[in-house]
Amino acid sequence: MFWTVTMSLLAGLGTATKLFALTLLFALPLGLIVAFGSMSKWAPFSRLAKNAPGLAAFRPISALTNIIVWIIRGTPLMLQLIIIYYGPGLWFGQNVWGARRMLACTVAFVINYACYFSVIYRGGIEGVPQGQREAGEVLGMTKTQIFFKVTLLQMIKRIVPPMSNEIITLVKDTSLARIIAIIELTKAGEAFMKSDGITWPLFYTGVYYLLFVGVLTLLFNYIERRLSYFR
Amino acid sequence: MAILEVENLKKSFDNLDVLKGISFSLNKGEALSIIGSSGSGKTTTLRCLNFLEMPSSGKITVNTEAGSHVLFDDSVERKLTDGEIRKNRLHFGLVFQNFNLFPQYTALENVTLAPKLQAKAGEDYKSDAKSVVKRIEERGVELLNQMGLADRAGYYPHQLSGGQQQRVAIARALALEPDILCFDEPTSALDPELTGEVLKVIRSLADKDTTMIIVTHEMGFAHDVSDNVIFMDGGVIVEQGPPSQVLENPAEERTRQFLRGYSK
Repeated sequence: MFWTVTMSLLAGLGTATKLFALTLLFALPLGLIVAFGSMSKWAPFSRLAKNAPGLAAFRPISALTNIIVWIIRGTPLMLQLIIIYYGPGLWFGQNVWGARRMLACTVAFVINYACYFSVIYRGGIEGVPQGQREAGEVLGMTKTQIFFKVTLLQMIKRIVPPMSNEIITLVKDTSLARIIAIIELTKAGEAFMKSDGITWPLFYTGVYYLLFVGVLTLLFNYIERRLSYFR
Repeated sequence: MAILEVENLKKSFDNLDVLKGISFSLNKGEALSIIGSSGSGKTTTLRCLNFLEMPSSGKITVNTEAGSHVLFDDSVERKLTDGEIRKNRLHFGLVFQNFNLFPQYTALENVTLAPKLQAKAGEDYKSDAKSVVKRIEERGVELLNQMGLADRAGYYPHQLSGGQQQRVAIARALALEPDILCFDEPTSALDPELTGEVLKVIRSLADKDTTMIIVTHEMGFAHDVSDNVIFMDGGVIVEQGPPSQVLENPAEERTRQFLRGYSK
């Protein structure tokens, strides 16, 4: 029995890990783009400062990005998952996802996590003092050089603690995938409770999550230690 | 010919006029101090020279052995490109009030970072990168020696005192061999017992005929090192001349009033 449960949970862990990795792969860069969007200073009506100061201050890219982030952070990931997977089928009479549940699930997770990451990135970017950029400028450095040689590492140092929080939450959020019938780790563990009336696989499932998060914690501690040489 | 000529420099932020027409010139090898209360426009003047702020109007000219360079002239309609702004900045070095050292680099790396990045674009870097880097590093060590920091080259900024950090910042600014070195209240963020070591270094630079503009609140220091002093108030130059005149026998009542605040 133990062997059967182990094999089943390992399969669930595989699915959860795949979702975890794919979400990070796409949400980490997408989040940076969203962050730049929300910090966009583009104001097409800035010339109307005298006649319509309200309109002049309007920054469409930033406003639109902020509304999207508000919606995504303001509603449950589970709800977003249901809408993204079942929505197209009900609206167009044909489920565009077909059998690709994992793809639909990844899309929902990437959008959701990119929004959370964007806010962390923004905090990291805005947290680097303006003087750092100015020091680079007066030394004749280009904007690209300033970003990669001066601000990037300082930004990374700032975002590691909040990022580790969010990424650890992601490990456990993979359990939401079951709502569109993906058999991930929690679903795999629960199956034995329903079929065999035993509860120990549930605790055994918990151990898998703990080990997963434990490895991540060690990794983040290592990164923080590597970056502790400067302040 | 003066190395720097500033003519009718103006700067406004939105509807606030911070500089209302500043004109002065600076000769090679001379030190100029700018004094005045906060909000008088001293720092904005320096930031305009370094193009951290774009002047609203006026003209800035730098005359070097290589020729005369008009850095900014409002009669030219088009905006300066990023590349032109960067080229302009290289005529000046700027030492900040808060040092602004890069925390992730050692003292020596702070000094050599910009020269190395610049060398990478040069021709001899392609043919012999090793010796170019070696030369830059030797020069960095030499500058830190000059600042009395020979034993601190491998330290990170947070391991250094404020006075040491500011001296590294001075070395960093000197590494690019600017025509004019600017100081923006270099000792204002320091504990009183640490100002001496920084002023000593600036003094030694003045003795070596480094062309400098120093925004400062240290009146005694300004008196000793400067060839000329400018007193600013409300975005204009109220009085300028040698320290014996501006600081000892000011002609303007506003200058006298300001100096009285310091003699107490």
